[in-house]
Amino acid sequence: MAKATKARAGQGSWWAGAPGLIYLVALVLAPLIIILIYSFLSRAKFGVGVRWEFTAQPYIELFYSESLSGERSFDPTYLQIFFNSVLYSLATAIICLVLSIPIALWIATRPQKWRTLLVFLVTIPFWTSLLIRTYAFVIILNDNGPINGTLTGLGILSEPISMLYTPFATVVGLVYSFLPFMILPIYASAERFDFRLAEAAYDLGATKGRVLRRIVLPAVRPGVIAGLILVFIPALGSFLAPELLGGGKTLMIANVIAAQFGASRNWPFGAALSVMVLVLVMLALVIFAVVARRSSRRGGQQSLESLL
Amino acid sequence: MSAETVPALQVRGVSKTFPTPEGGEVKALDDVSLDVADGSFMVLLGPSGCGKTTLLRCIAGLESPDAGEIDLRGERIDTVPVWKRRVNTVFQSYALFPHMTVAQNIAFGLQMDHLPKDEISRKVERSLELVRLTGLGGRRPQQLSGGQQQRVALARALAKEPEVLLLDEPLSALDLKLRRGMQLELKRLQQETHITFILVTHDQDEAMSMGDQVAVFNEGRIAQVGPPRDVYLRPQTRFVADFIGEANLLELDVDGAQAAVIGWGTIPGDAWAPDSPAATAAARTAAVRPEDVILTSGDGGRFPIIDATFIGGDLHAVVDVGGTTLSARQPAAHSAGLSTGGRCEVTFRPGSLRIVAD
Repeated sequence: MAKATKARAGQGSWWAGAPGLIYLVALVLAPLIIILIYSFLSRAKFGVGVRWEFTAQPYIELFYSESLSGERSFDPTYLQIFFNSVLYSLATAIICLVLSIPIALWIATRPQKWRTLLVFLVTIPFWTSLLIRTYAFVIILNDNGPINGTLTGLGILSEPISMLYTPFATVVGLVYSFLPFMILPIYASAERFDFRLAEAAYDLGATKGRVLRRIVLPAVRPGVIAGLILVFIPALGSFLAPELLGGGKTLMIANVIAAQFGASRNWPFGAALSVMVLVLVMLALVIFAVVARRSSRRGGQQSLESLL
Repeated sequence: MSAETVPALQVRGVSKTFPTPEGGEVKALDDVSLDVADGSFMVLLGPSGCGKTTLLRCIAGLESPDAGEIDLRGERIDTVPVWKRRVNTVFQSYALFPHMTVAQNIAFGLQMDHLPKDEISRKVERSLELVRLTGLGGRRPQQLSGGQQQRVALARALAKEPEVLLLDEPLSALDLKLRRGMQLELKRLQQETHITFILVTHDQDEAMSMGDQVAVFNEGRIAQVGPPRDVYLRPQTRFVADFIGEANLLELDVDGAQAAVIGWGTIPGDAWAPDSPAATAAARTAAVRPEDVILTSGDGGRFPIIDATFIGGDLHAVVDVGGTTLSARQPAAHSAGLSTGGRCEVTFRPGSLRIVAD
């Protein structure tokens, strides 16, 4: 909703934005262009680097496999991995959302001094490397880990269930890593919520569930949309959780891309996969924007549009 | 008791205590009882922190009393959850839902009652008409002026056709001119809808001009209830005399049946209001309005005039009567010779002094 705003102090000094612009061009735009170019080049002889010969081969490899005799046949392997990645990321975003709304509302309704502390607690996981925290889940989820130990110890399970190296473990790891990114924006919206509106709704005859659905949720919607983006997009490109907790069995795109630049030594194909991720992310953002605009037209309040 | 005489609302012995941030307790309501007649306009008046808003919230169900009982048309409601009470509130902050249009705001409460769609839209239209906002149903609250938002809040609560409408300082956010207009408007709405109104305010002029009945609150208790004129003319306590209008509070020297204003002398019998309680050693505070203190100029005047100021057509004077000061107000036409630094004689208008409880 970027309406024409009045001139503000300092608005004229275009150069103030120069460092940021240089940073963006050099470290964001340039690499993206390099990736885009590489994705149309040929594989180097020994797989490291590229050969400067333009071809659509990397994109063909996405959908077709070539037999030794040179016959092309449709191969859904990579599409399947893309599909799984989107599925796990969506599941992660939705689970995070369901967990975060009560947490964020609970924090937002505490007294001020408690709120600061609780928000601080939410950010504590960031103090440790994600690698170490993901390894911790290897310990927690494995067959002899505390969960299986407790369940078999209590006699609920007769034998341990395999949780590690499954899609379940991957999603658990993803939810764990990205939960704060959902809690914080929802909390930011919920903190601004005027709880007198909830009182007014009760007064007008609304039960708890209806107050939540009709009054509170619409008010925290900007936070929900921001949270969904902040969780879904990085989850789509996540590498550690599928690598360590999925055990290489539940691959996500990032793992395949990493393999192309490593063991498989196929940089153009890795670049093509990266371009596809980029396209997917942009597609997701457009979908979010459309949904946000439609619901904001229905429900008022600015939201994602201002972000994009 | 026949149905006609059952009050719309009865509050009986309600108490409510809140913890303070320092760990103490504050008694917001202390054994408060109040009857509100059906179809009347009751104003709860008092300084901030006197418990009037707490009582309103207890009636609405947003607070639950620690003790006592609240009955709506003879049926106990203090145990009924807020959303089931046939009582609606106009909030001080209006509390309009920002993500809904004006019409959706008004429809919200009706939807909660599961009314059919066409009935809801009919009632929304009627409510908008009632508060003179016809045609603004499609606007958002943020697009309206403060006065219009106030009307939407009213329409939203009135659309539910509550047994009792509660108004929590509804006009305090409006500027003075708008406030006067809305006072008349509220009075009109109350008369048109025949709904019982209970309005909380700290503004005594508002209370006096709007209420059929005024309940004056002080420190969690009701100091006095009655028609505005009655409360003004016959204050029963020191607090009421002082809070409503202006009053001189005189500590009397009581000796048997004789009462004297220190420095002024024995009060003649005709200065007392006929229905005033008698002055005793235990009840010896007298209240008298400034307009009932009569100053006459003259060479033999005993009392120095500390200050004399003309405000409008009146002389406002402060006189030292020896040991205490008296405020007086009288028409400018009758105040020749009265000026700051001069001397005067003081008398009380007959029937104007009244003993008030502490």
